[in-house]
Amino acid sequence: MTEALEILFTASFWVAAIRIASPLIFATMGELICERAGVLNLGIEGIMVVGAFAGWLTVYLGGDLWFGVLVAALAGAAFGLLHATLTVPLGLSQHVVGIGITLLATSLTYFTYRVVLPEVTSPPKIEPFLPVPIPLLSDIPVVGPALFNQTPLTYLAYVTVAVVAYVLARTPLGLAVRAAGENPSAVEAQGISVTAIRMGAVMAGSALMAIGGAFLTMSAFNSFFFEMVNGRGWICIALVVFGSWRPGKALLGAVLFAAFDAYQIRLQQLSGGVLPYQVFLMLPYVLSIAALVLVARRATYPKALMIPYQKGER
Amino acid sequence: MRLEPVVSPSALASILYPAGAILVTVVIASLLVLVAGASPFTVFGLVLKGAAGSQFALMETLTRATPLIFTGLAVAVAFRARLWNIGAEAQLYAGAIITVVLGTGALPLPAVVLLPLMIAAAILAGAMLLAGPAVLKIRFGVDEVVTTLLINFIMVLFVSMLLEGVLKDPMGLGWPQSQKLIADARLPRIVTGRRLHYGFVLAILSAVVVWIVMKKTTLGFEMRAVGHNPEAARFAGIPVNRVLMKTALFSGGLAALAGFSEVAGLKGNLTLDLSPGYGYSGIVVAMLALLNPLGVVVSAIFVAGIFVGADAMSRAAGVPSYIADVMVALALLTMVVAIMLTRYRVRWR
Repeated sequence: MTEALEILFTASFWVAAIRIASPLIFATMGELICERAGVLNLGIEGIMVVGAFAGWLTVYLGGDLWFGVLVAALAGAAFGLLHATLTVPLGLSQHVVGIGITLLATSLTYFTYRVVLPEVTSPPKIEPFLPVPIPLLSDIPVVGPALFNQTPLTYLAYVTVAVVAYVLARTPLGLAVRAAGENPSAVEAQGISVTAIRMGAVMAGSALMAIGGAFLTMSAFNSFFFEMVNGRGWICIALVVFGSWRPGKALLGAVLFAAFDAYQIRLQQLSGGVLPYQVFLMLPYVLSIAALVLVARRATYPKALMIPYQKGER
Repeated sequence: MRLEPVVSPSALASILYPAGAILVTVVIASLLVLVAGASPFTVFGLVLKGAAGSQFALMETLTRATPLIFTGLAVAVAFRARLWNIGAEAQLYAGAIITVVLGTGALPLPAVVLLPLMIAAAILAGAMLLAGPAVLKIRFGVDEVVTTLLINFIMVLFVSMLLEGVLKDPMGLGWPQSQKLIADARLPRIVTGRRLHYGFVLAILSAVVVWIVMKKTTLGFEMRAVGHNPEAARFAGIPVNRVLMKTALFSGGLAALAGFSEVAGLKGNLTLDLSPGYGYSGIVVAMLALLNPLGVVVSAIFVAGIFVGADAMSRAAGVPSYIADVMVALALLTMVVAIMLTRYRVRWR
C-alpha cells in the first residue's frame, strides 16, 4: 500500500504524467477553440491520426523535426477547412460531418501509409525530439524535472495554453470568437463575419489537434502505427467539458487525467497480475465518463454550440 | 452566401445530387488510385468484379452486408430521434458476448428454443448497454456522443479480458478466442458451401420491423417528433425522455443483433477482430439511406460491396484495400452535401 503511495512522490512518475498530458493539452486546446466559436469538432480523433502520420512521414523522408510539426499542423488545418466548409457556411450536422472527417482522415492516412510503405511490418523509427532541460528550473526537486526536463514540444504545449488563454480572454479576436459561440448575431452587428471567425477557429483548432497527434510520433513513440491515437481525441472532448471551456481548467484536467493514466500503468506493474491488465487500461475511459457525469449538471455550454448561423437570421 | 429552403424538391434534383455525390467519390478515389500507381479503370473493374462478378462474389457481399444492416438500422433509429448513438461497435460486442456465453454449451437446448433465446438475450444486452448513456443524457445532461464513443474502447478491452480469462478457449493454443458454439446454437447457411447464413434473413426481417415501427406506430411518430424538434414535442405532450429511452433500447438491441449474427452465423466463435468497425460503418450506411430502414438494406449492400470488392482488388492489383474505407467516408460527406442541396438553394451574393 505504501508503495502505491510512494509512486506519487517520484520524479519519474510526474515526468511521465506531463509527457502523457502534452498531446492531450494540444488537442484539448484545439477542440476548445472550435467549441468556443460554436462548432463541435468530432473530426478530432482522425485529425490527430493525420497529424501523427504527417509529422512522422516528414521526418522519415528526411525533413527537419520542426518542419514535421509544421506539416502536421497544415494537414490538420486542411481537414479543419473541410470540416468548417461543410458545417459553417453549409450548416450541415456537426455530428455527422465530424464523424465523417474522422473516418476520412483515418482511412486516408492508413491508405497513404500503405502506399508509401507497402511491405513494412514493423514501422520504421525516427530520431524524435529529445528532452531539453531548462537550466536552474529543472533542478527543483520532483517538480523541476517533471515540468522543465521535457521535449521542446511539451514546452510548446505550455506556450499554446498561455496564448489560447490570452487571446480568448484579452484580445478583440478572442472576444469575436467567444461571441460567435454565444451570440453570433452580435458579432455580425459589429460588422465581423461569423462565418470567417468560425472557419478560422476550426482551422486553427484542427492544426493544434494535429500537433497533438504529431507529439505521439515525434516525441513519445518515435514511430507511426495504426490505432496509436486510441481514443485520445474523444477523451479531449470530455476534457473540454470537464474544463468548462476554459483553457486553464482544461489544462488542469489534462494533467490530472494524465497523472491518473501514468499512475494506472505503475499500479498495473505493482499489482503483479492480481487483476487483468485490461481493467487498468479501461480506467482512463471510465474516469472520463465519471468526470463528465460530475460536471455535466453545472456545465454551461457555449450557447450557440452546434447551431448553424445564417446571416440575417435570429 | 445564403441558403434558402426549397419548398418542394424536384424529383430530378433528388436523383441528380446523390448521383453527383457518388461521382465525386469515385473521381477522388480514382485520383488516389493513380497516386498509388494503378489504373482507375482496372481497379474499379476489379472492385466491381470482386463485389458482384459471380455468384460467389455476390454472396460474399450479402454476407458482409448482414452486420452492416443491423448497425445501420441501429444508427438510423437513434439518429431519427437525434440520439447520437456512436456506440454500435460496443453494442455489437455485447450481443456477441451473450451469444458465446449462452451458445457454447451452457444451455443444452434444441435450436428452435436456443436460437430465439440467444436472440432475445443479445437484444437485451445491447439495449442495456445503450441504456447507460441514455440515462446519463436524460438525468445528468451528459452528451451521449462522448459516452458511447468511450464505451467502445472500454468494451474492446472488456472483450479482450474475457477472451484471455473466463471465455478463453482451453483448446485455442493460447490465442485469445472463445470456444466454438454448439451445433444447435449456429444459424444455418442459406446455400450449402457458401458463407451466406440466415443472419441475412434476420437482418431483412429486422429492417421490415423497424420500417413498420417507424411508419405505422405511435412510438415511431414520437421518435420522429422528438428528433425534429424536442421542445415542440414536449409542448405537444410527448414524454420526450421516455421516447429517448425507448429509442436507446431499440437501437442498442438492433446493434447487438449484428454481434449475434456474426458469431452464430459466420464465425462460430468470438475473437477480438469480430468487427472491423461495423459500428462506425453503420453510421455511413444509415446516412446514405437517409435514415430510411428499407434504404438501409440497399446502402448496406452497396457499402459491403465496396469492402468486399476492394479486398479482392487489393489482392489482384496491389492497391491498399483502405481505398474502400476512404470511399465510404467520402460517400458519407458528399452525400450529406447532396441531401442539403436537394433541400436548399444556394444563393451567392
